[in-house]
Amino acid sequence: MIRLVRRRLAVAVPVLLATSMGMFLLGAASPMDPAMQYAGAAAFTASEENLAQIRANWGVDDPLPVQYARWLGNLLRGDLGWSTSRHEAVSEVIAARAGWTLLLVGLTLAVVLVASLLLGAIAAYRRGGLLDRALRATAYAVESMPVFWLALAAIAVFALALGWFPAGGLTDVTAGSASFGDVAHHLALPVAVLAISQAPWFVLFVRDSVAESLREDHVLAARARGLAGRTVLFGHALRTALLPFLTLVGAHLPELVGGSVLVETVFSLPGLGAVSVQAALGSDFPLLAAITLVTTAVVLIANLLTDLAYTAADPRVRVDG
Amino acid sequence: MADLLTRRSLRDVTPAVVLGAAALACVAVPLLWPLDQSAVALDRVAQAPSWSHPGGTDDLGRDVLHRGIYGLRVSLLVGIVAALTATVVGGVAGGVAGLLGGWADRVLMRVIDALSALPHLLLGIFIVAMLRPGLGAVILSIALTHWLSTARIVRSELLSLRTRPFIDAAISGGASRARVLTRHLLPHVLPKIALATTLMVPHAVWHETSLSFLGLGLPPHLASLGNMINDGQRSLLTGAWWASIVPGALVVTVTLAIAALAARRRDRLDPRVRAELEL
Repeated sequence: MIRLVRRRLAVAVPVLLATSMGMFLLGAASPMDPAMQYAGAAAFTASEENLAQIRANWGVDDPLPVQYARWLGNLLRGDLGWSTSRHEAVSEVIAARAGWTLLLVGLTLAVVLVASLLLGAIAAYRRGGLLDRALRATAYAVESMPVFWLALAAIAVFALALGWFPAGGLTDVTAGSASFGDVAHHLALPVAVLAISQAPWFVLFVRDSVAESLREDHVLAARARGLAGRTVLFGHALRTALLPFLTLVGAHLPELVGGSVLVETVFSLPGLGAVSVQAALGSDFPLLAAITLVTTAVVLIANLLTDLAYTAADPRVRVDG
Repeated sequence: MADLLTRRSLRDVTPAVVLGAAALACVAVPLLWPLDQSAVALDRVAQAPSWSHPGGTDDLGRDVLHRGIYGLRVSLLVGIVAALTATVVGGVAGGVAGLLGGWADRVLMRVIDALSALPHLLLGIFIVAMLRPGLGAVILSIALTHWLSTARIVRSELLSLRTRPFIDAAISGGASRARVLTRHLLPHVLPKIALATTLMVPHAVWHETSLSFLGLGLPPHLASLGNMINDGQRSLLTGAWWASIVPGALVVTVTLAIAALAARRRDRLDPRVRAELEL
């Protein structure tokens, strides 16, 4: 187990380094001049000496390797830099918003896992039945719907036409402070939309692997012993199918993060996704780079955790970095 | 049996008809009814779908269906070019890994594993933001985030082909490396690559639409499906749902048709999978 962790870290560290270097090079290739950006409208009247002074203060004229080393050194010391579009420290922006994104993604993942395991297993048990066919058709249709469009359609129906849920935001503006029920009411629609848009892949995967394990010998043996259909399905077939599912959940996380960026933007949620779009629109390199790096690190850690869970659950697995 | 046959052929025909109609519209509409991208008509703002405007009009009085077809044209064009670019990148990477093997293979596969752990949309946003939004940046952003699956497919195909007897036979018969590659390996790999490219087009269209929706894709005055859905967001609150729902429905219909067609083709390439699906 320790060997697995060490091997994974041996891969994760170069990945993060390479990502940071690639992003730095892209940022350096960007036509944006940070001094002009900082000065804003004043850049038209500012003297060339003043602009040069700003550039010298920030060290943006230094050779690229020097700049990269300085940026990386600052990152490692916990100094994520200064957001040029929001005019506050990047670490403060991330700290104030990461929680909401984690909440959105975590809740969605929980809903998706429970729903896909339940629906997928039942569809596999009654293969070719009404639920199976309806589920597969819906899954293919939903998979081709862009999540932001699904979100707009949900707002049109459930927020505007029926008025069941608020159309956006995290709390009621008229309420003085955020209460648990208020936040839950505001998060219900975003979580549902993100879960539905992510579910097809999970449901189809569970369905196929349960269908396969229903044909295995030990499931047949359980049936032959006269166990109830439900016990065979959930106690024997689903358990066998659960293991490969675990690792693939980890592999699917990046897509979930991408979906949360769009859902946060549509529902005006104060999360990392929405702020990264604002940063992109403002060419805010420090903030955008920090968010991408932090998210990548979190995804890598989550992958490591699912691998650990996998080896803990199934000792037969050959540990192969 | 007859019932089964018609149902199966219906599944083949419907996507083809949908795609044919979409392609025809993309070619014919700009010729017959050219669109002035910057024109607005404030005397017919936010009209519901009617016979004269089947998709309704948006908050600037522009015909939603007319602009939607123009947007579809741009989206499909970007999707196809980006998918082809991604295929070239992935094909070269997978080819190098599969043909050279050894440490080149190991390094490339590590890189691919690593890149698939990155959130693609965030990376795409980063690339577009740093290069300034525009057609080229969008295509580059799609190509750089979507080549991984093609590289994996090409590599594993080549690795399994390399061990087959007919390759050994060709080599012992004195065929040069180039001949083995072009006459023996490529004909086996190309159909799979073509299929992977087709399956990638919907993903490329979704990526482009997402970027445009966020305001990071094509310039806002150009009719693109993502831009239109974004514009429609404003009128949604005033009850004009068609301004964002109609362009979205175009994306869904066309990408679904492409995916369905490619899936049927894949089932035919690998009957074992189909037998499983038909059960």
